[in-house]
Amino acid sequence: MSLKLKALTKSIWVFHLAAAPCNNCDIEILDALTPKFDLERFGIQLVGSVRHADAILVTGSMNRKSAERLKRVISQAPKPCFVIAIGNCSCSTEMFGKSYNETQPLDSVVPVDAYIMGCPPKPEAMIQGVVALIQSKLAAVKK
Amino acid sequence: MNAALVNVLEAAGFVVAGFVVAAVVGMFAHWFDRKITARVQWRVGPPFFQPVYDFVKLLGKEVVIPEGASRALFLSAPLFGLAAVTVVTAMLLRTIIFPDQTFLGDLIVVIYLLTIPSQALVLGAFASANPFASIGGSREVKLMLSYELPFILAIVVAIIRTDGSIRLGEIIQAQTVVRPVVASFSGAIAFVISLLVLQAKLAKVPFDAPEAETEIMGGVYIEYSGAALALFKLTNWMMQFTVPLFLIILFLGGIDFRDSWLSVMWAVLEYLGILLFMVLIRNTNPRLRIDQVMKFFWGIVTPFGVLAVVLALLGL
Repeated sequence: MSLKLKALTKSIWVFHLAAAPCNNCDIEILDALTPKFDLERFGIQLVGSVRHADAILVTGSMNRKSAERLKRVISQAPKPCFVIAIGNCSCSTEMFGKSYNETQPLDSVVPVDAYIMGCPPKPEAMIQGVVALIQSKLAAVKK
Repeated sequence: MNAALVNVLEAAGFVVAGFVVAAVVGMFAHWFDRKITARVQWRVGPPFFQPVYDFVKLLGKEVVIPEGASRALFLSAPLFGLAAVTVVTAMLLRTIIFPDQTFLGDLIVVIYLLTIPSQALVLGAFASANPFASIGGSREVKLMLSYELPFILAIVVAIIRTDGSIRLGEIIQAQTVVRPVVASFSGAIAFVISLLVLQAKLAKVPFDAPEAETEIMGGVYIEYSGAALALFKLTNWMMQFTVPLFLIILFLGGIDFRDSWLSVMWAVLEYLGILLFMVLIRNTNPRLRIDQVMKFFWGIVTPFGVLAVVLALLGL
């Protein structure tokens, strides 16, 4: 188990799931994957299919329509797979909370492993969030 | 011990050795590819053991079988490809070590076996019942149709230059006696053609239409996860060792272990050179559409292949 988890933390393939965002967080996610930040140093790669995903980055506020589709996509990911809420919208619905289309925070739809706040969060914040997630998972195994 | 048992044990030994060598060197080749790509983009790049981490991680993940997929074919397709590339590597290693003990027509067996990983990919893609995988699979078939003809022509040049032998051992020996195939006009053209075919066989940019990440999301690999995906990846990495080794045997005179260590070092340099060339092509070209790939291979590369064959027949 420990070997599996160690390999997982050294090779995180992320899948980018946009659930009705304003596109701001998505652009910051793409920024984090550019040569300047070079996430491949830590084995982090962007993949196009949810079947390859180890971490799913969710942006945007879940509304009535996107929440169902989000559940379906996340249930298709092979386990173990982590869900990371990126941006204030997916963490807390931000200013769309009282909208007519019943937006809700991500953790009321699916269990969330890490929250990265910001509107939008900086690439550095995302890297720190992922590192914190890795450390917490490793620490949980050591106990 | 009787002779048959010894033969079986020797064959098993070569298969195990072929698998281990191809897997280790293939993982190195994959790391080399990613590291050079990173350096081209002015990045640091992944650590040395990254392919190992990726592989172990994929082995530890759940294998999801999509709804409507043909279960048996979906799960067995990665094994076909892996088995084929393992057998090819075993044959090539044995050819290098005992060039005078190969059987007649092993060159043709190698050509056939080298197409099986692509066919396994197509089978797996069609078995996964995903429209994107189907598009990827059909592109992979077209890609195979495009590159196989010039590949055969390039191999025919090597056969003609080495006195018409279809025994890999004799091809190596003929090259050590006279000179490598590549050191002639027709041989040089054939070698360049086979480098382009290598790029397409490994589905690297600009010929990666079957797995185009940005348009069909991994194409043939889209439904694969966990251990099945790991085997497909491993097959691809092993091909990055096996196909260049095949080209070294055909065009650059193979590796002579009985000669001084310089010969082995030289072969390693040749292998790294071929890899580097592949990575640099991959980093400096955009992806071609599948019709452009077919036009390129049938319209430009094949006529050059015919020219090389004619030149070889003329003795140039």
